[in-house]
This record gives sequence, C-alpha cells and structure tokens, in this order.
Amino acid sequence: MEAFKIHEGLVAPLDRNNVDTDAIIPKQFLKSIKRSGFGPNAFDEWRYMDHGEPGMDNSQRPLNPNFVLNQARYRGASILLTRANFGCGSSREHAPWALLDYGFKAILAESFADIFYNNCFKNGILPVVVPKAELDALFGLVEHSPGYALAIDLPAQLIRRPDGHAIPFEVDPFRKECLVNGWDDIGLTLRHADKIRDYEARRRVRHPYYFS
Amino acid sequence: MQAQTLYEKLWSSHVVHEESDGTALIYIDRHLVHEVTSPQAFEGLKLAGRKPWRTSSIVATADHNTPTDHWERGIQDPVSRQQVETLDANIRASGALAYFPFKDVRQGIVHVIGPENGATLPGMTVVCGDSHTSTHGAFGCLAHGIGTSEVEHVLATQCLLQKKSKTMLIRVDGRLGKGVGAKDVALAIIGHIGTAGGTGYAIEFGGEVIRSLSMEGRMTVCNMAIEAGARMGFVAVDDTTIEYLRGRPFAPGGDDWDKAVDYWRTLHSDEGASFDKVFELRGERIVPQVTWGTSPEMVTGIDGRVPDPAAERDAVRREGMERALQYMGLKPNTPIEDVRIDKVFIGSCTNSRIEDLRQAAAVVRGRRKADNVRLALVVPGSGLVKRQAEAEGLDDIFTAAGFEWREPGCSMCLAMNADRLEPGERCASTSNRNFEGRQGAGGRTHLVSPAMAAAAAIAGRFADVREIL
Repeated sequence: MEAFKIHEGLVAPLDRNNVDTDAIIPKQFLKSIKRSGFGPNAFDEWRYMDHGEPGMDNSQRPLNPNFVLNQARYRGASILLTRANFGCGSSREHAPWALLDYGFKAILAESFADIFYNNCFKNGILPVVVPKAELDALFGLVEHSPGYALAIDLPAQLIRRPDGHAIPFEVDPFRKECLVNGWDDIGLTLRHADKIRDYEARRRVRHPYYFS
Repeated sequence: MQAQTLYEKLWSSHVVHEESDGTALIYIDRHLVHEVTSPQAFEGLKLAGRKPWRTSSIVATADHNTPTDHWERGIQDPVSRQQVETLDANIRASGALAYFPFKDVRQGIVHVIGPENGATLPGMTVVCGDSHTSTHGAFGCLAHGIGTSEVEHVLATQCLLQKKSKTMLIRVDGRLGKGVGAKDVALAIIGHIGTAGGTGYAIEFGGEVIRSLSMEGRMTVCNMAIEAGARMGFVAVDDTTIEYLRGRPFAPGGDDWDKAVDYWRTLHSDEGASFDKVFELRGERIVPQVTWGTSPEMVTGIDGRVPDPAAERDAVRREGMERALQYMGLKPNTPIEDVRIDKVFIGSCTNSRIEDLRQAAAVVRGRRKADNVRLALVVPGSGLVKRQAEAEGLDDIFTAAGFEWREPGCSMCLAMNADRLEPGERCASTSNRNFEGRQGAGGRTHLVSPAMAAAAAIAGRFADVREIL
C-alpha cells in the first residue's frame, strides 16, 4: 500500500447524501477477479449516457454533461468533497478500488458508512470526517474558485485551505500510523502469530464445538 | 461484576491482542466465502506466499452470479462463469469445512446456508465479504461484512483489526398486527433512525416483538441492520435460537451440545447493562411498509403518500428527495396504493427463507397475478429451502398464480445474473436496497415484505395485505 503523508490536490464536489457503493461501482463490474482497472467505470451510471458493461472501450462512450465530475474544471481532481453517509450499502471493496483508480486519494464528507470507511484505509485512501459548517464553506469555495485545491496533512491531522484556514480532523492513531507508513496489515498482525495460536488453543479447549 | 451488554460479552471473548489506542485483534470463528469478494483475496494471499490460517473455519458457496433457471446450460455469461470457476479452484486448493458449489443441493445464498446448516452458532464471530453478514447476528453472534482486504486478512491470520463499536438497543415492544412482519419492523426502524442512524453502533434488537419472532424473522431484522448504517445487529439467545439449531448438520452433538447450550444461555445483555443509545418502538404502531425512494430510509406505510420535497427544509435532503422522485417516476402526494408495478421479486438474503415463502404463498393461494405484472419471480434462498417449499406444495401455489418458481441464488436483489429490471420498470421487491440501478440500470425498486410483495402481484399495484388476509 502506498503511504499517505501530505497530499495536495484539486477538489471535486459531489453534493449529495447517501452516495452508495452501487453508485460508485455498479454490480456488472464486480465480476472482475482483479483489483485494478475499475477507474473508468467509477460512477458509471451517472457518468455516461449509455449503459456500461465490462469490456467496453470507455473512451468511446458518451459522457453525461450534467454529471459534475465530467466538468473540465474538475479533471485531475484527487480530493472528493461530498456529504453524509458516503459509501453506504454493499461492502464491495471495488468501490475504493474504483475511486483510487480514478485518481482520488482523499474523501472529505460529513460522515461515512463503516465498512467503506474501513476499506479506504486498506487501500491508501484517506477518508476525512469534516463538520457540516466547514463542508458547506468548502462547497462554496470549490464552486466559486476554479482550480481550488487543498492540502491534507495526515501527520498534523489538518486540512489546509489556500487562505491559511486549517481544519483539524480525527483519525485513529493505529490507522494513521499504518497509513503514514504504508504498512501492510497482515504483516503487522502476523507479528502476533504466537498470541493468535495461544488464543486459538484455549478456545479449542473451552469451546470445541466451534472447531468441528 | 458489572452488568454487560451482549456486545461486550461477545467482544471481550474474542480479543486476542489490544493496541494502546483500543484497536484490537479479534479472533474469527466462521468465515463465509462467496465468489464476488474473494478472488482478489486468494490471489493476494498467494502472491505474498501465505497460507490460510484455519480452513475449517470456511464455509463457501457461489450465489451472486449464478443463474436461477436452465441450470443444465450452466452459467452463460463468461465473466460470471470465470468468477465462479475461480472460487471452485480456490476452495479446492485451500480446503474448507463445507463448500456448496453451483448446482449442489445445499447451494444457496451464503446468509441462508450458514444458519440452515448450523454453521452459524451463538457466541461466534462470523464474517463474510458481504455487508448482509449482519443477518447471522440473529443467533447471538458478532457477525458483520468486511471488504476484500479483510477477507485476505482473515484468511491469513484468522483475525481482524477492529475498534470497539458503540452500543445501541432497539426495543420493539407490544405486538405486531395481522399482516405485519419482520420486514415491516426493519423498514419502520430505518424510517425512524435513518440509513446512517446506526453508523458506528452495534445494534441489539430486543423487546417482546423481537422475542416473539421466529429465527427467520430475526434474520430479516438483523439483515437490515446494515441498511440502518450498523455493520452488525444481533438478538440474544433464547429457546427459539436453541430449538432452531438442534440437529443441524454443523451444530454440536452429544455432550458438546449440552456444554454449548450452557454457554449460549449466557449470551444476553445483563439486567441493568447500559447502552450508548436506546431507541424504542411499539409493535402496534407498525403498518405494512413500502419504500418510495432510492434509499431504504425513504419509506412510509401502505396507508401513506409519496412525500412532498417542498416540505423538507434541509436543502441537501430536499434535493435528494427531488432526485429520488424523478428517478422513481413518482409525483408528490400520490397515495402509495395508487402506484402500479411491473414486476415482483420474492427472494434475497432478507426474505427467501421458508417462512417468507409461506407468508407470500398464504396471500397468493387461490389468486392470480394481475395482467400488468409482467414477471413475478420467486427465488428460494437455498436448495434446501426450495426442497422444503416444494414438499409443502408452495411451488404449485405460486405457479398456479402465474409466478415463476426458480433455482436459488441472489438473483434480482442485485442483478448480477440475468434476472433484472429494464429501465423504467417498477418492482415490488422483498430485497434490501432500493438504490438507483440496484436491480438493473434505470429500474425502480420498492422494498416490501413477502406478504406485501405477494399482495402487489395480485393487485398489480401496492395493496394493503391486511385487507386481503
């Protein structure tokens, strides 16, 4: 996993609540057995005028001019600004894979669905919970300032606006350490292999019926 | 000792190690695996040169991609077929406690086959790369969905890294009226607390109404916990739980059974245990529910109307409602009973168990689907449910009424196979999500109970099942 320290990038707004993972990556693309290549189908039903299927040449498909991420000014955005309960619904990790492949490194929202939030950290995407008043201000700034960019400083836990205003945010210390260092969870957990074996042996004696 | 909630008991009995910030390594007893969210995990394991930690924890099946008719033809879609074959190969290589491949008599939706085979037991931690894993909480276990990286993590370490959730008690007391069931309870709860109401919480469902539900009903309620934002929902163990499990293939036998039952009897919140949040609802006040929008919280009673966004003061919510009504092709203030439907889907991990099919059949018996209903699909949750239903003659009741009786699988809940809505089609569905495009691009989903789906099929529009029964 790529480490996340300080990220500066263009901000794109997606001003709606309850963006679900079916919208982020529709089911027909979940048939892939790979982790990569989902970016061109991120938000597929909103982004294109036609119906997308795996194997299509997405560069030839008609774009929906009304979908905000299709506006030229947001091309190359790496920070997604959105609203409440982002990533709700299906646990599909194809959603963060698609967002990452699209180019998003950080997502700022009023709240996130639990499983999606968790999945982001496993893929080097930083989900940041931002208070509603700060979000409202950011939506206004993004709309009125073409090329609006933010710097997200994970070690300092600050979102830095170009005008100098900084928005502090919370993140679990353990998750932060993993993300800042780009650590592989499994490698970390396996350092505790002896403890897992001990636990398992005790449980097997006490509750043998969970092991048959 | 201090009074503990069921969540605290289940959590503390699975902690292997704890970091200074409270992040814990939690041991996983049961790992359910299906074809969509596991291939990348097995591949990652192989690339890292790791082996599965304990394959006897694995119960696997193919459910999302499998067709529900013409099984003799196999899986026609080559991409779907490759995914199912990849699961076959991975499980063959790793081993498992049980594998129910495509066409096996015990194949079915992963959240149906776990419980019916006794592979889901009280006191366990149960995970699966599927958000509706919350279903298994009906058995008094910690069960929740995980992403594919976590599937790989569980395969490699038999553990997950987790922070403790906050606790919420949802008490439903009183009793349910005729024609009102577990699905209505779940939707009514979501209507009240919202789809993010349970975010960050582990929900315990309690109260007289929950206690009086069968295991099938409890599974329906816990299944929908995720639609309220909670990764897990559960119900304390009682006689209903224990009687359901007795004699199931993977349930303990002999002396182990008695030992297990002694332990399981302790799996409830202690008297006086405190929760971070409590929400209460009266069973008598719940009417049959119908969703009108593109989020499960956009729900009302069958006696209600499509709401008017103009009455919503929050701008983001108002725009969300407007967008939903436009997508759904509905006008504000339309009575729900005036909404006509094109298709009916009875199935999914929410409502495809034997009791669900019985409830739908009781409405359908001796009637016929309306002519404007192009397709009424009944998809049993598993091969065993299908066999049981056929033994009871339910298939005949459905087919005589013009319904199609299919093979088990996830089917039109998420439309990864050939069962789907066409753009603009309106469906009364017993599934769990009414998101845009969920049942097919442009499809319009209204979530209802099995009895209400059956009533809609007969009337050709939403109808109050209480007046039919």
